[in-house]
Amino acid sequence: MEKTTVRSVKPINTKQKTGIRGVGQELWKNRLLYAMTLPTIIWVAIFCYVPMYGVLITFKDFSYKKGIWGSEWCGLKNFEFLFNYKGVGQIFWNTIYLNLLFIITGTVFSIVLALMFVEIKNKIYNKTVQTIAIFPHFVSWTVVAMFLSGIIGGSGTLTQWISQNFGSDPAFYSNASWWPLILVLLKIWQGAGYGTIVYVAAITGFDQSMYEAAKMDGATRLQTITRITLPMLKTTVIMLTIMSIGKIFAGDFGMIYALVGDNSQLYATTDVIDTFVYRALRQLNNMGMRTATSLFQSIVGLVMVVATNALAKKVEPESAIF
Amino acid sequence: MSNTTGGTKIKKTTGEVIFDIVVYAFAALFCIYCLYPFAIILGSSFETETNFANYGFPIIPRDFTTQAYKMVLGDSQIFKAYGVTIFTTVVGTLISMALTITMAYPLSLKKLKYRNVITFYVYFTMLFGGGLVPSYLLITRTLGMKDSIWVLIIPVAFGAWNMFLMRNFFAGIPVELSESAYMDGANDLQILIKIILPVSVPGIATISLFYALGYWNQWFNAMLYLDSADLFPLQYLLMRMLRNVEAMREMARTTGVAMGSIPTNSLRMATTVVAIGPVVFLYPFAQKYFTSGLTVGAIKG
Repeated sequence: MEKTTVRSVKPINTKQKTGIRGVGQELWKNRLLYAMTLPTIIWVAIFCYVPMYGVLITFKDFSYKKGIWGSEWCGLKNFEFLFNYKGVGQIFWNTIYLNLLFIITGTVFSIVLALMFVEIKNKIYNKTVQTIAIFPHFVSWTVVAMFLSGIIGGSGTLTQWISQNFGSDPAFYSNASWWPLILVLLKIWQGAGYGTIVYVAAITGFDQSMYEAAKMDGATRLQTITRITLPMLKTTVIMLTIMSIGKIFAGDFGMIYALVGDNSQLYATTDVIDTFVYRALRQLNNMGMRTATSLFQSIVGLVMVVATNALAKKVEPESAIF
Repeated sequence: MSNTTGGTKIKKTTGEVIFDIVVYAFAALFCIYCLYPFAIILGSSFETETNFANYGFPIIPRDFTTQAYKMVLGDSQIFKAYGVTIFTTVVGTLISMALTITMAYPLSLKKLKYRNVITFYVYFTMLFGGGLVPSYLLITRTLGMKDSIWVLIIPVAFGAWNMFLMRNFFAGIPVELSESAYMDGANDLQILIKIILPVSVPGIATISLFYALGYWNQWFNAMLYLDSADLFPLQYLLMRMLRNVEAMREMARTTGVAMGSIPTNSLRMATTVVAIGPVVFLYPFAQKYFTSGLTVGAIKG
C-alpha cells in the first residue's frame, strides 16, 4: 500500500490515499453501501461476537447469581473436570461416528440418485421423481419424530409386525444398538434427495461432446457413467466431503434431540456433544464444564475447517473457501 | 445431432432396456421410501383410536373417522400456535431477507474496498461460536427476551450461509446492468431496488424459502425460551404432544373433551398433517426457482 503512495507522485491521484484519511474517503465514497451493511454488522456483533465473550465461563466457577464477570476464576479446572467426566469419551466418539456414517451414506446415496436422475429421459417422470426425493429435506425433525413413533413406537406398525412374526418385541425405544441404523436411514430419507441438487447440476454442466464421442465409439450408458461421469465428478465429491469433514465435530442437535429427547436408555449410541451441553441448561448445573465442552468443540471444529480447507486448496485451488 | 439421438432410440439393445428398467425402478423405490412416512401420517390421522393398539399405524384406515380433525379445528391452542407460526414465518422472513440482501449486495461489488474485511467478519462466525450456554445467558439475562415472541425471530434472523449464497447470486449479475444506471446518476440504493432485485427473483425466492422453512420448522428456541403456552409455535406443540402427557391433558382442557376419550394417536397425526400442509402446497411452486437459485450459488461458492 505504502509503495503505491510513494510511486504516485501526481497529486491529482487522490484515490490511492492511505491511513485514516484514505479509510474515511473510501467509507464516504461508498457511504450508502457501508450504511446498508450496518444493521447486519450490529446483529452479528450482538448474536455472534458477544457470546464469544461468554466462553470466559469456561475459566470460571460459574454461578448464575453472580453472572459471567462476577464469578470466580478457576483456571483450567473445568477442562480437567470435563476430561475426567465418566462417559465423555463415548460422547465424543458418538459425535464423530454418527457424522462419519451420515457423510458416507449420504454421499453414496446422493451420487447414485443423481446419476439415475440424469439418466431418466422421460421429462415428467424425471421431474416427479426429483420433486418427491427432495421434499423430505423441508420437513422438520419433529414431524419425523412423529411418524417414527408411528412406525417403531410401542404400537408402531413395524414393532407390531416384528412381534407378530418373530414373537419378540424389538423395543426400539429402549435398545440403543438399533439407533445408529435408524438415524442413518432417517438421514438418508431427509437429505439424500436434497444432496443430489449439486451433483445433478455438476453432471449436466459437463462437456456434452465427450458423451457424444463415447456414444459414437459404441460405449454403453453404464460405461459412460463409470468412465466419464464418475471420474469427472471426483473433484466435486472430494470438495463436498472435505467440507463436511470440517463439521464432523458438530452434532446434529435438531435431529437427535427431536428423535431421542431425554430418553436416557438411548444415550449409549446417540448422545452427542450438543445434546450433552444442552442438558446443562436444563439442569443449570456444571455450566462451566459444559461450556468447556462447547469451547473444545469449537476449537477442534475450527482446526478441522482450516485443515480441510488447506487440503481443498491442494485438491483444487479454485474451490477453497478462504 | 437429431439424427444420432434418433438413431440410438431405434437401436436400443437389451442391455440398454435393462439399464432403463433398473434406473426407473430404483428411482421409484426411493420415492416410495420418501412418501411412505407421509402416507402413514395421513392414514393414521383418519383412523379410529381403538385400532392402533392392535393393528399399528395404517396407510389406509380400517375404520375411517374425522374425529381427530374435528378436535384439531375446535382446539383454540392449535389455532393460536398456527397464528404464532404464521406470524414468525412472515415477519421473520421479511426481516431476514432485509438483513441478508443489505449485506449480500455490497459484498458482491468489487468496487467496495473493505468488502474482504466485512466478509471475514461474517465468515468467522461460521467457524467459531460461543456455544449454547453463553447465547442462552445473553438472550435471557442481557437482552431479557425470555417469553417474548421476538425470541423466535431476532436471535435467528440472520444466516451467514444464506447470505453467502445470496452474495454469489448477486455477483453473477453482469456489471453492465448497473453501470448504465450509474451514468444516469442513480445511487447504490436505487440501483439495488430498481435494477438488481428484479433480476434476482430466483435467488431471492430460494433464500426466502430457506428462511421461511427455518421459521416454520422452528421449535428449539421455543423450548429454550418460552414458558407461556400462548406463544408456542406449531412445531413445539407437536413436540410436546409427542413427549408429554401434560400437553395432552392441556388439549383435553382446551377442547372440553374428557382426557380418557382423547384420540391421542390420531390427534397427533392430524396435527402433524396440519403442520406440514402449507409446506406441501407451497413447495412445488418454490422448487421451480430454488433448483436454479441454489445451483448458481453452489457452483460459484
